[in-house]
This record gives sequence, structure tokens and C-alpha cells, in this order.
Amino acid sequence: MADLDQLLARIGAAADVQALEAERVAALGKQGAVTALLKSLGSMTAEARQSEGPRIHALRERVGEAIAARRAALEAAALERRLATETLDMTLPVGAGQEGSVHPVSQVMDELAEIFADLGFAVATGPEIEDDWRNFTALNIPESHPARAMHDTFYFPDRDAEGRRMLLRTHTSPVQIRTMQTQKPPLYIIAPGRTYRSDSDSTHTPMFHQVEGLVIDRGIHLGHLKWTLETFLKAFFERDDIVLRLRPSYFPFTEPSAEVDVGYTMVKGRRVLGGSDGWMELLGSGMVHPRVIAHCGLDPDEWQGFAFGCGIDRLAMLKYGMDDLRAFFDGDLRWLRHYGFSALDVPTLSGGVGA
Amino acid sequence: MKFTVSWLKEHLETEADLATIVERLTAIGLEVEGVDDPAEKLAPFTVAEVLTAERHPQADKLQVLTVDAGTGEAIQVVCGAPNARAGMKGVFGAPGAYVPGSDLTLKVAAIRGVESRGMMCSVRELELGDEHDGIIELPADAPVGARYAQWAGLDDPAIDVSVTPNRQDCMGVHGIARDLAAAGLGRLKPIEAEAVAERFPCPVEIRIEDEEGCPAFYGRVVRGVRNGPSPRWLQQRLKAVGQRPISALVDMTNYIMLSYGRPLHVYDLAKLEGAVTARRARDGETVTALNGKTYTLDPTMTVIADAAEVHDIGGIMGGEHSGVTEATTDILIECAYFDPERIALTGQKLGLASDARSRFERGVDPAFLDTGLALATAMAIALAGGEASATVRAGRPPLADKTVDYRPSRARTLGGIDVAEPRQQDILERLGFTVETGEPWRIGVPSWRRDVDGWADIVEEVARIEGYDRVEATPLPRAAGVARPTATPEQRVERKLRRTAAARGLNEAVTWSFVGEAEAAPFGGARWVLENPISEEMKAMRPSLLPGLLAAARRNLARGASGVRLFEIGRRYLAEGERPTLGLVLVGEAERRDWRQGRGRGFDAFDAKAEAVALLAAAGVRVDNLQALAPASAVYHPGRSARLCLGPKTVLAEYGELHPALLRAFDLSGPAVAAEIFLDAAPPKRASGHRRDAYAPPALQAVTRDFAFLLAEGTPAEALLRAVRGADKQAIAGVALFDVFTGAGVPEGEKSLAVEVTLQPGERSFTEEELKAISEQIVAAAAKAGARLRD
Repeated sequence: MADLDQLLARIGAAADVQALEAERVAALGKQGAVTALLKSLGSMTAEARQSEGPRIHALRERVGEAIAARRAALEAAALERRLATETLDMTLPVGAGQEGSVHPVSQVMDELAEIFADLGFAVATGPEIEDDWRNFTALNIPESHPARAMHDTFYFPDRDAEGRRMLLRTHTSPVQIRTMQTQKPPLYIIAPGRTYRSDSDSTHTPMFHQVEGLVIDRGIHLGHLKWTLETFLKAFFERDDIVLRLRPSYFPFTEPSAEVDVGYTMVKGRRVLGGSDGWMELLGSGMVHPRVIAHCGLDPDEWQGFAFGCGIDRLAMLKYGMDDLRAFFDGDLRWLRHYGFSALDVPTLSGGVGA
Repeated sequence: MKFTVSWLKEHLETEADLATIVERLTAIGLEVEGVDDPAEKLAPFTVAEVLTAERHPQADKLQVLTVDAGTGEAIQVVCGAPNARAGMKGVFGAPGAYVPGSDLTLKVAAIRGVESRGMMCSVRELELGDEHDGIIELPADAPVGARYAQWAGLDDPAIDVSVTPNRQDCMGVHGIARDLAAAGLGRLKPIEAEAVAERFPCPVEIRIEDEEGCPAFYGRVVRGVRNGPSPRWLQQRLKAVGQRPISALVDMTNYIMLSYGRPLHVYDLAKLEGAVTARRARDGETVTALNGKTYTLDPTMTVIADAAEVHDIGGIMGGEHSGVTEATTDILIECAYFDPERIALTGQKLGLASDARSRFERGVDPAFLDTGLALATAMAIALAGGEASATVRAGRPPLADKTVDYRPSRARTLGGIDVAEPRQQDILERLGFTVETGEPWRIGVPSWRRDVDGWADIVEEVARIEGYDRVEATPLPRAAGVARPTATPEQRVERKLRRTAAARGLNEAVTWSFVGEAEAAPFGGARWVLENPISEEMKAMRPSLLPGLLAAARRNLARGASGVRLFEIGRRYLAEGERPTLGLVLVGEAERRDWRQGRGRGFDAFDAKAEAVALLAAAGVRVDNLQALAPASAVYHPGRSARLCLGPKTVLAEYGELHPALLRAFDLSGPAVAAEIFLDAAPPKRASGHRRDAYAPPALQAVTRDFAFLLAEGTPAEALLRAVRGADKQAIAGVALFDVFTGAGVPEGEKSLAVEVTLQPGERSFTEEELKAISEQIVAAAAKAGARLRD
């Protein structure tokens, strides 16, 4: 058995795969020592085989195991050596991929749609190239009405088939008219979209975005308007301390009319909505003028409701803190990446409408 | 509309303080835009007497004063004013006082070694004027220690309210006082117009030829006036509200206008020839107005003219020629009613704004002509002397007795506010309405409330005076259950496209809807061109989203961006309507140089195609059925662009490299590729409910086979791929093109396309024979498309 111990020692000490293979051949190969022992079993007597057989087989097994163990150890060592040479600088930077963005105006429009959907309002649209009847006359702004001049309207030289002058809508209110003309009440809609006025300075752009709200139903009054605006603004700004102040005002298409101020507090020199340290004008609203309802072919004694209009760009600025309206329309990638939203920032009621 | 508190108190008996007045004004719809309270900034300054004045020991130009400011001690003040002397009275500011004209807060200081405990102020230092040659000198009877602002009558705050276009009655202090009285702030004082004796018949004939534009023209002559500067109280009042005092008679007209909302005009009688007539202007007639500018008139405008020329753009601005001067001795006072619509149109046409226009176009009180004229005559005589003629009246103002039927329950049902009936009646009567209670109420509308003509107006009157803060928020009716989805299919597609584009690395821009006509030209020109654009660059409604995006891309490149991926969802404005569109531009580097990839890569037409196809897929289009038909419209490279179509007629999108001429026009050096997706062209997705088609992943593994085909270089790859795909619709699950090659080994004029075909077995595996048969079918189908197997 001294032979065996020596053999096992040699296997265990084999320096590499080749040396180990040589030992395997020497022990288990055709001419190998262990093979020779196995072969000798054939020439033994039955008794001798009975006693020698298991011993020799066990011997072969131990040698085989020792070889396998050594091979695994050699291979593991070899892999380790290889891996040791395969290092990479894991601090090398990787690209972030192309990061796209959603424009704040679109994001806010989605937020509005989400909030108002919960209140039962659908989103309506209308053309931006309007006729002066829907933009003004039907809204109780007859020609030469001072309010018409105050709108700084962009006009086209064109007239429609009925001889109405074509213009760029100055507000989203003509969508009220279109909705009342084509759908049967009760009506609960918001109408976001582009609007235009011939006005350009640091706080005005000739194109801007507005959202119109319209409710026509039975028994709707000013209190419903107040609740709706409060509910909307609390949801939009995600603050419970939003305070509104309704002020009597004048819009030709509403009666009574109310300008709506929202309270703010000063935080580090900035106006933050909520509280009532001061007031800022946020939107115009009122009960739809009976004459407007009649213009659209509805009976103002049966149907009444409210309308409001608000600047979307301004809502975005107040919520997300941009301070330059002109940048909204410049397409500056740096601005878009900074103030824009990720594709996955989809406003939801459960996840919140703010991102 | 600006007025001072003392002015208001001439019309309103009230104890209310400034803060209360301001709060109520805003609450009833007369929004306060600003309050200018000179007393506030002058509060720390008092009347003081200089007791002694000695030369400063260290400085020739300075004096050391002791001052009595009524505090019981002599205060030492160093003063540089040359007029400072013992015995004079002036205005003193103690340490701690803020000096508005110098923007500094006084403190105890040593001036050249002498302590100074305050300051004697100049006019400029207190922002009361520009003079700065010495300190203010007050008369000897000025009481030492009194607050200077109070003593000088400078404690009259001016309130600036924004009057909405419907409220002509509040374009005068009296009307504002009436509203405040109704809102419980005091009692409205009645107007007292003293009758002025008619000393002689009116020497001027007044005629109306344009009854429509000027239905009423009243006039009166005052003889023997002396038109100097107006008295100090009147000048001070006008200045406080931002008006420049001119002369007694002009100031009178402004004072009456601001007090009662009643514009007037005063002519120098000596400059008038013959009858004074309200008529239409003649075409091309000109008049030089009081602002010194000459206006060319047309027959839509109403003017006041004499036998010789036009003297007044009726109701808007008087003429220079017949305006009163210091030499004027006899005047004609005009008090007319001009048609509001005509005034508005004339004013707009001439681009001429004036205080008179802003009142006439709102519609002045048609019942106030006689009173207005009487007030004016009396005031003219009081200020400038003289005697008055009889009043002459041409025409008749449009007085109509207007009544409105009203149910007091409307305050609740429309206004959302409960107001007891007697309270409603009281509010309305205080505002000048008459109320006949009954079923319904009959409300008489006062002549100055042209804006009120329906029950909703009455609700507003009641609600605004009662206070909108009393309106209680009332929840809208709410349908049972979870809120229903409201978005239309188009809205859902738009949202999906926007977020898909952003997820694919594009940045959403919002660009102007208008472009320059030149920019629109390559896109087929603009159908809609503004009559009054803000500039040439913003004149035409865009026929495509690309011009705006390309301009934005250029700006970004100019700012150093290396690659620009912009998209916009908006409308194209075409003859047939406004078309919802997604436009995208990819300009510059698609991939930057990078340590892994090496060199950067510029955008090519296939980047644009990839976006277009992915976005159409997001919109629910079966993109396998799309055909790419070359070329796209003329703004694209004719050989490197295509339309994506469903059938030859339905063009869903265009994409490709932009035409070099277009890039030049936009000052872009390539590469620049673009795509436009026509959102309204995509067929609406069929509503099929939420359930998907039944599906179980196949049990057997798919096998792939590669084929290389040769075909004419001009044959589109799509033709081959479509043919291969159609060779055995059952077995072929996918066809992928993995190599396009021309060159060595490929005959001249041909190209080699290599495709990998994925074959999906059904119930059992393909046999060799079956695979062979499918291969043969593929080769045969390719042959029909003009391709042959490459050896």
C-alpha cells in the first residue's frame, strides 16, 4: 500500500494538466499499474478473486477520484489565473441613452385632463382659425364692443361661406359655442389649446395656451363654479391650503362674472401658492350669459352653467417654477431637458398629477 | 380710473378709512390696481422752525442749525442749503426717517466733526418736485411740530381702479361713490347743479346732420371769460390723478369728466365760423387734434365742424385750432351724446385713445346732458368769470325706459347666494334701480346702466354688492362609481405618440404656429396668411411642422448642441382644415464619438424611418402592411425619402433626408433628416374590447434558413421581403434582412440581399422534404419578384 500512497501523493502534486495526465496513464492507462492489477484478477482463483476483487476495484476508484479532484483544482487555479488578467476599468463611463422629454405644456394638459376626468369633464377641441361670429359675436361681443378691440386679434383677409371674418381665436371660448351647438346638454368639458393675441413683450407671447371649462346643466350656479375651481386647483397644485377669492368682474359672455384670485405666501422671496398673504389673478370665469346659451340654440330658462378660462403656460409656471414664458416656445434642448418630463411621468390619480 | 379720497368724499358721506375703501372697491368689482398715498412716505416729516444758524467751523458751505420741531428741545442739524436761516420754517426729518428722494434713512451723524441729528429737506428730497436749490420754505404761520403732509394737504391718497368696459358709470367719481354707498360704505351725496342764469340767447347755431353718430348735441356760450391757470386745489387734484393742469377752462372739462364720467368740449368762440354741425367727415378731410397730431378722416367718422373746417373728432378729441387759450374771451361748451359703436370704430381706425373716447365708447349716461352742461357752465363761470347764454339743444339723447323682469329666487339659483328679498330690493334701489315687487319683480334700470338688460345682470348686481365671498362652494353632481374615461381615440393616440417619442429619446418642442411666408413656400406655401402679423417671420400659418422645428434645431446647433432630436405635435393649417400632425427632425450626430463605439455617426434617412415606423406602431397601425413609396414631398431628397402608405392613397407619414436646398434655406449644414406623421390619416383602430386573440406559445422550436438573392439594384428590398414572407404564410414566421451587398462577386447592376427566414413548425417537426419544399417555394416567390438565388 506504500505504492498507493506514493501514487496518490504524485497525483496530488501534479503541477499541471500534462503531469496529471502522465500519472493517469501510468496508473489507469492500458499499461498502467492499476490496470495491470485489474487484469491480474482474471488469472486468480475464485477465492483469491473474492478477496482481491473489491480491494483492487476500490484502489482504482480512489485513484480515479484523486485524479478528478486534482484536475478540478488545477482547472480552478488556471481559471483564477486567467481571470486575474482579465480586469477592466469599471469606472469607465457609460452613456445614459437618449433621454427624451415631454414639454411642460403637454404635461400640464395631461394633468388637467386627468383631474377633470375625475370630475366628469371630457376634453373638447376646436379649430384655431375661427370665424368672428364664434370668437366674438356668439359670445356676446358685438362688433365695435370695446372688449373686441381689447383682444388684440390676429385677422385673416379671408371670409367664410357665410361672410364671417376669419381670425386666430383669441381665447378657447369659441369651443364653448361649438360644443353647445353640436352636443346636447348636460355638458361637462374642458378645452385646452393654442390661442393667439397680437401682443409680444416679456410676459406676453403672440401664441399661448389656454384651457376653457364649461358646464351646462340644470340648476348649476356660482357656488358650483367656486367648488369646481377650488377642487381643481387643490388637485392641480396638490395643496389643501389653496384659497380662492372671487371678485366681480366683466366678461361679455358670462353674467355674473368673476375674476378668480388665488392666495399665495412668500417663501424665500418667491410667491408660493397656498395661504393668503397676497392674491394673484389666475383665471376668469362666470355663469354663461343667457344670450350665449340662446345663440347656441339652447333654452336659457332650462339650461344654465358656468365657464372659466385659464392660461396653461401660467399654470405650468406657477407649478413648476419657470419664470420666462418666451422660453416655452424656443425649443432650446437645455430648457426642454431641464423643465420637461420623462415619458413615464404619466399623471394619474393614484400616483399624483404632479411630477 | 384714478381719484383721490377727498374727491370721493365730495360724493360720498363716509367715515370709512382708506383700507376699508380699497377692500370694498375690489370686493364689488372695481379692482384697485394701486394706491398712491403721499402721506405714507411723508409721515415722518414735520414742520420745524430754524432757531439759530451759525457758520460750520470746518466748512464754508455748511451751516449748523438748531431746529425746533415741536419736541421741546433744540435739535442740532448740519445743513448745506444756502437759504437756511434763523427764523424760517421748513420741513424736518428726524433720525430714522426714510428720505424717498435720496433713498436713504437718516441717522445721527457727525458732519465734518459736528453732530447732526436730522435733516431739513428740499422739495426733491421729498419727491414733491424737482427743485433742489434750497430747503423748503414754509409760511410763518405753519404750526411747528405739525405733520407736514397733513398741514400741506398732501395727505390725500389717490386710488387707481380698473373699470371694466361695461361700467361707464364708474368712469366718474360719482358713480364709484354710488357703488360704495350701495355696498354700505356711506351715503351718496346728491348732485347739486345750480342753475346758471341765461343772460342772452345763444349766438351760435347748433345743427345735427349725422343723427346716427351724434343723436344729441347741447351747447351753451359763456361770454367774457378770463382763462388763466386754474386754482391750486384743482391743479393739485388733477395732478394727484395723473392729469396735467392746462388752463382753468380745460381743467374744468377734465374735472367734470372725472367727477361724473361726462366728457365735454370747450371751443374758442372766436375761432368758429357760422353754424356748428355734427356731421360725417368727408373723405380725406384732416384735423389737427389737441395732441398735435393730424388725422385723416373718412365718412364713417362723426365730427363737429363749422362752416370752414372740422373742429372736433366727435367724442374722441378736440381740434387744436379752436381750442381755448389764455386769449380766449368767449367759449362754446359742447355737451353731446355720441354713438358708442361709432366712437369705438373711429377710435380703432385712427388708433387714437383718449379719456373722452374711453367714456363715450362705453356709453355715457344719456340722461345727464342738461345736468352736465349746467355743472360745466357754473364751474366755468366760477373759475373764469363771464356770463352764460341760453342752452341750445339739437337732437335728443337715446333715452329708453328699460325694465327687466326678475325673480329674487334667481340670486340663489344662478348666483349661488341666499339674499333676503328686502335686502335685494335695498341693494338695487341704492344702485339707482327702481323695484316693483310682484311676481315677477319689475326692475327699472337707471339711465347710466347701459350694461344691464336681463335678469342675470340683476343677479350680478345683488351678488357683487352682497359679496362673492358669501357664495358657498357647492359640489357638482357626481355620477356613481369610478370616474369614466373621457379621452377620445384621437386624444389617446396623441398621448401615446407623445410619450413614445419621448421614450425613444426625442425632446418635445412647442414652436410658433406661424412662420415666415418664405419658410412656408417650399412646403407648398401657406394657405392662411395674417393681415396684421406681428412680424414678417410670424405671418403665415405653417403648412408643415418642419419649418419651426428646423429653426429650433438651428438655434440649438448654434448653442453648441451636437445632435438634435426634436418633435412636436400640433396642427398644419391647410386649405382643407387644421390637420393634427407629429413632426420630428433629427439633425447632427445620431451617436457621439465614444470610447466603446469609436467615431460618431450622423443621422441618416433610416433613423427617420425608424422613428416614423415606431410611432405609427404606437398609434396602432399594423406596420407590416405599410409600404414605403418613394419619393416624399419636394422638401425631401428625391432619392432618399419615401411616404409610408397603406395602399397607394392613404399616406400616413413621410420621412427621409431633407433636400439640400431646404437645408440651405434654413442655414443648416447636414445631415438633417425628418419625418411627419399625419395623425388624421391613420385608420381608426377597431374597437375590439379588451380580450386578445387566443394564443399559446408553440411547443416546437422554430428553425431558421438563410438565403442570399441577387436582384436588380433598383428593385426595392421591400418587394423581395414581401414575396418571401408570402411564400408560405403558414410556416414562415419571420423574415429578417441581414445583409445588403454590392461589389466583388455580384454582377454589375445587381445587389445581393441576404435574409434569414424563421420557420415555425406546428403540431410536428418539419421533415427534410417539407423543409426542401418550403425552400423551393421561397426561391420561386423571390423569382417572381425578380430575384434569383445567389450561387
